[in-house]
Amino acid sequence: MGPRLRAAGLALPLVAFVSVTFLGPMVNLLTKSFYDPEVADALPETMSALRDWDGQGTPSDEAFAATAREFVAAREERTLGRTANRVNRVVSGMRSTIMGDSREMAEAAAVAEDAGVEMGGAFWRETMIGIDARWGGPEPWRALRAAGQRLTARHYLKALDFERAPDGGYQRAPEAWRIYVPLFWRTFLVSLGVTLLCLVIGYPVAHMIANSPPKRANVLLLLVLLPFWTSLLVRTTSWIVLLQNQGIVNDFLVAIGLIGDDGRIAMIYNMTGTFVAMTHVLLPFLVLPLYSVMRAIPPAYMNAAVSLGATPFQALRRVYWPQTLPGVGAGCLLTFILAIGYYITPALVGGQSGQLISNMIAYHVQTSLNWGLAAALAALLLGGVTLLYVVYDRLVGIDRIGLG
Amino acid sequence: MVRAAAASVAALLAGCAPQAGDGTAPGSPGPGASEGSITVVSYGGSYARACVLGYHESFTEETGIQVNLEDFNGGLAQIRAQVEAGSVHWDVVDLGVSDTITGCDEGVLELIGPELLPPGPNGEPPADDFLPETNTECGVGTLLFSTIYAYNPETLPGPAPATLADFFDLERFPGRRGMQRKPEANLEFALMADGVPKERIYELLGTAEGLDRAFRKLDTIKDEVVWWEAGAQPPQLLADGEVIMSTAWNGRIFNAQVLENQPFVIVWDGQIMDRGQLVVVAGTPHLEGALRFMRHAARSESMAGVGKYIAYSPARRSGQALIDLHAETGTEMWPHMPTNPANMKNFLMSDWEWWADHRDEMQERFAAWLAR
Repeated sequence: MGPRLRAAGLALPLVAFVSVTFLGPMVNLLTKSFYDPEVADALPETMSALRDWDGQGTPSDEAFAATAREFVAAREERTLGRTANRVNRVVSGMRSTIMGDSREMAEAAAVAEDAGVEMGGAFWRETMIGIDARWGGPEPWRALRAAGQRLTARHYLKALDFERAPDGGYQRAPEAWRIYVPLFWRTFLVSLGVTLLCLVIGYPVAHMIANSPPKRANVLLLLVLLPFWTSLLVRTTSWIVLLQNQGIVNDFLVAIGLIGDDGRIAMIYNMTGTFVAMTHVLLPFLVLPLYSVMRAIPPAYMNAAVSLGATPFQALRRVYWPQTLPGVGAGCLLTFILAIGYYITPALVGGQSGQLISNMIAYHVQTSLNWGLAAALAALLLGGVTLLYVVYDRLVGIDRIGLG
Repeated sequence: MVRAAAASVAALLAGCAPQAGDGTAPGSPGPGASEGSITVVSYGGSYARACVLGYHESFTEETGIQVNLEDFNGGLAQIRAQVEAGSVHWDVVDLGVSDTITGCDEGVLELIGPELLPPGPNGEPPADDFLPETNTECGVGTLLFSTIYAYNPETLPGPAPATLADFFDLERFPGRRGMQRKPEANLEFALMADGVPKERIYELLGTAEGLDRAFRKLDTIKDEVVWWEAGAQPPQLLADGEVIMSTAWNGRIFNAQVLENQPFVIVWDGQIMDRGQLVVVAGTPHLEGALRFMRHAARSESMAGVGKYIAYSPARRSGQALIDLHAETGTEMWPHMPTNPANMKNFLMSDWEWWADHRDEMQERFAAWLAR
């Protein structure tokens, strides 16, 4: 074994850890955004009988018989509810159609069996349409077929605010139902705004720390790092205490007479709250890379520029600023990427108007359990970040990023 | 310089960690979930307290089985996750009826046979004693609760609101209002306040025009709404004067009235009644203890025991007959119950079937509307 291989062997635990806990689950989840075998596996005969159907009128008698058989069997095994929920995501209302009608199908099957009636396709066509006239039209069958596609783009279309058109294709959802695209835009703009705010606040701070005597720099650095050692929840809820309607800031403003008691400013549970809390939480991510880069810039350069006749502003703009660009790039990229996936802070202080796309992803992962849609939204977010990274690389060059 | 970079990266990673979780740890076993104990999951606050005092304690006394209480905010998500992962550490869960039906269909809840239900105190057969539609295949009905709105006369002087329409009347009652941040109940309130007869509410919500109409009605007060999520928030919002009126679960307002002497007044007009059930999570390792707990909870005395501490109505007629005084203050309970005929002059029974079909869709539409 060569020394190279031995060295690589040392990294093996980390590689294994990252693949098992990060890459594996990520690939698994992203796969769910376009691969959904549940309905196809639950109703295999129905799906094969529907394969040749042209989507007009009703499908063949075999399809009726296969559907009825599989519904009744799945109902008995108590697995039909899961399938019905999946189909319900394609067309709302299919859950109760399937659950309610299958109950009557099971009863009809029991009666027919007792009477010795042969349960063929014609029998089931008549029985199912008798139970629920909707089976005599194409809609429920289209929903079943669409839900039974293993490979599907419907999660992505939904994530881009498209809906099924009556002819079976897709069209943009009506204004009132569009949610994800506006949220993507808002997430992007908020992240951009927070990053710029962090830069404006963080740049002078980093400069001051980098140019302080070591003792003072250590204290200042500690102050920047202190929030890292405090729980994110504590930091976020502290903002609630400060900014809420009956909070400290409003109380103070009322006390000094700047605003009236009924004119308290809404600073939290809206976009302002999201901005303030996110900027505070993310600020160290910008200050630290900036600080490491700035510390490496000898103060002599600025002095030289000034002594050669530059005004302090010119020296800052033409000598200092270009040298800090790697730190600015690294800090902004890091802050922006963290901001774009932010979730707890907007959930706590965002109110109705401060929610971001990750809050919807969390909703679909935890509450609606529509993991396919959650995965599609996450994939679009990941794609967007990757695109930004590539653009940044083209414009600035990723090798110019530096952490010091 | 390289070392500095490494240090700052380490600091960055350390800073990322708290972002990953949200405080709950699914997968970790409940505390002390041994043979002699079961884990019961409920909504916390004054309601959970009423359950503990009302019948958990007597259950432990009778059987020796300890009850570990956990809180959650409703919904099937965690139950599904536990059953699918094969690591069930919740035994009995307090659920809304539309969730129990969905969970039952999916097979994540145990089937509960009617033979589990005990007869009433005077031998009443359970089949007639339970109110209609309170029991389902997997759920044992324990109580009826309602979503109402309440106001604080101290922060709302002048004429008192009396009807559901008043909640949407910004001219006569200017000020902020509290509403739960989910479409359930709000859509029904909006249509009822807009004059739709209650028999037609769900039929109308199923149409695009009806839904638009509900959101248009909500639009009229949207700028004045403070959204709440946990059941304990509305009494707090009313007490702090953050809102002049708020929708709420009736029991939470009742508790603030009797235990904290808050002057809140409930407006029963247009109340939306719903059924609460207990279920057993499928595959629990403590099935026997869980079923004994269910049988105990299904007694009329247990339901009436909860009704000694919070104004939720027993799901059995014989339990309603036992409703008496508040255990701690001696307040007469019956006038505060949602099932008191005086409070039921205009009420709507929540339609679980409609919500089971449309919840995801409505949640999306509601989120889109909120974000606007």
